[in-house]
Amino acid sequence: MIAVENLSVTYDGRTNAVEKVNFTFEEPSIVGILGPNGAGKSTLIKGMLKLIPSEGQTYYNDVLLKKVQRKVAYVEQKSAIDYTFPITVKDCVSLGLYPSGKLFKKISNEDWKKVDNALEKVKMIDFKNKQIGALSGGQFQRVLMARTLVQQADLIFLDEPFVGIDAVSEKIIMEILFEFRNQGKTIFIVHHDLGKVKDYFDKLILMNHHLVTYGDTEDVFVDKNLIATYGDSIIVKGGEEK
Amino acid sequence: MISNFIDGILQYHFLQNALITSTVIGIVAGAVGCFIILRGMSLMGDAISHAVLPGIAISFILGFNYFVGAIALGLIASFIITFISNNSKIKNDAAIGITFSSFLALGVILIGVANSSTDLFHILFGNVLAVQDFDKWLTIAIAIIVLIILFIFFKPLLITSFDPNMAKAFGMKVNNYHYLLMILLTLVSVTAMQSVGTILIVAMLITPASTAYLYTNRLSSMIFLASFLGGITSIIGLFIGYSFNIAVGSCIVLTSALIFLISFFISPKQGYFKRKVVSS
Repeated sequence: MIAVENLSVTYDGRTNAVEKVNFTFEEPSIVGILGPNGAGKSTLIKGMLKLIPSEGQTYYNDVLLKKVQRKVAYVEQKSAIDYTFPITVKDCVSLGLYPSGKLFKKISNEDWKKVDNALEKVKMIDFKNKQIGALSGGQFQRVLMARTLVQQADLIFLDEPFVGIDAVSEKIIMEILFEFRNQGKTIFIVHHDLGKVKDYFDKLILMNHHLVTYGDTEDVFVDKNLIATYGDSIIVKGGEEK
Repeated sequence: MISNFIDGILQYHFLQNALITSTVIGIVAGAVGCFIILRGMSLMGDAISHAVLPGIAISFILGFNYFVGAIALGLIASFIITFISNNSKIKNDAAIGITFSSFLALGVILIGVANSSTDLFHILFGNVLAVQDFDKWLTIAIAIIVLIILFIFFKPLLITSFDPNMAKAFGMKVNNYHYLLMILLTLVSVTAMQSVGTILIVAMLITPASTAYLYTNRLSSMIFLASFLGGITSIIGLFIGYSFNIAVGSCIVLTSALIFLISFFISPKQGYFKRKVVSS
């Protein structure tokens, strides 16, 4: 179970980027966070993880999220990561081993095997010794997914993972996410394309600074709520955000 | 000319000290410099190296070894810069500019007040040919400590440089590593002052590291290459400076810059020529 209580994030002490958000999800699920540009979607997950100063708390199985941080994986927007950093695909995936106490230890052969398996799974094993700068957006997102696989986190936060990636990568990533959910993990995904919402997400959070509504996708993803989130101008029939 | 240099090394103790000290500085500055450029903190390196000047003056006035004052003031400057940029709307580069120029100005006045026999010119531009035995051993000791710390904290420094938010999300104290690096940077700056002077220290930190960055795909190989380049350019610079009787510090910096310039055109990663060929 994951519960967020009264989460607020303010910038400059004035404008409310995220206003008193409350929600609870009982079962493991893939949760989509939807809202217009600048609605505070990324800010919400950063606030939950306390990557930025925020009020309110997040609980995982009734324990403060702060106390079980090792179980948390966070993948930032690709654009926030330095592509030119001298790190190979295999080393990038091995970062997922760090939270489980490998920060000061040599990575064992057994662990390198886990890295290889993860890379096999996202079909990136042939790129293992390449520098990350040599990859396409979709390939890099798959590498970040392999890192999350290795990390074996219970709570996964992905910020816009499907922006600028190819259909094959998107499919591979979704398959892994479904598998995660079936293993009992909960995944939060910041997302802005309304096209595949019903196929991808079990639950939704609709927000525009404040929480509009949340719940099962079939209940939440209706015209009334979308207009409340995005405004009248949204064309719902085409399934596209105007 | 080369035999003259080698004879000199065999014959003169001051030249042996200069060779060992400058090479050690090149190695350690190259290694720390890798993290500095990857974190976009080159200006911070510049600031800290300038900020040590008043520390040196204060040490003279109070009669300490100048390392003590220099390290203290370097750390104070790094805390002030981080504090200003974290707690106001002032951007990092402006905070750095304000802090280091003030420290440098204060340093110039204090050196005058201290009225010591030490030449301001030597502090600003280095005087590796005058390095004493004690300073040589101190430099070696500091270099070994810094390299050991880099070795132990390699992985935390790697992840906090590459993906700080991932590290923060799983509970790492990312800020502590920032300050650890500031401490290492200050230690290196203070030692590097002897070979190239406070004004040019930043070149020892960022030029070999930037050159290495053009050739390597992994952080560990980047660090080894940067250290190698830092060491070798120090030797070449010392050789040129000694042979032609010109400023050694500046020779080291220019040698390093020349290697960077050549690499800029020929390195596989930068591939300036390669890109030209492809696009034409």
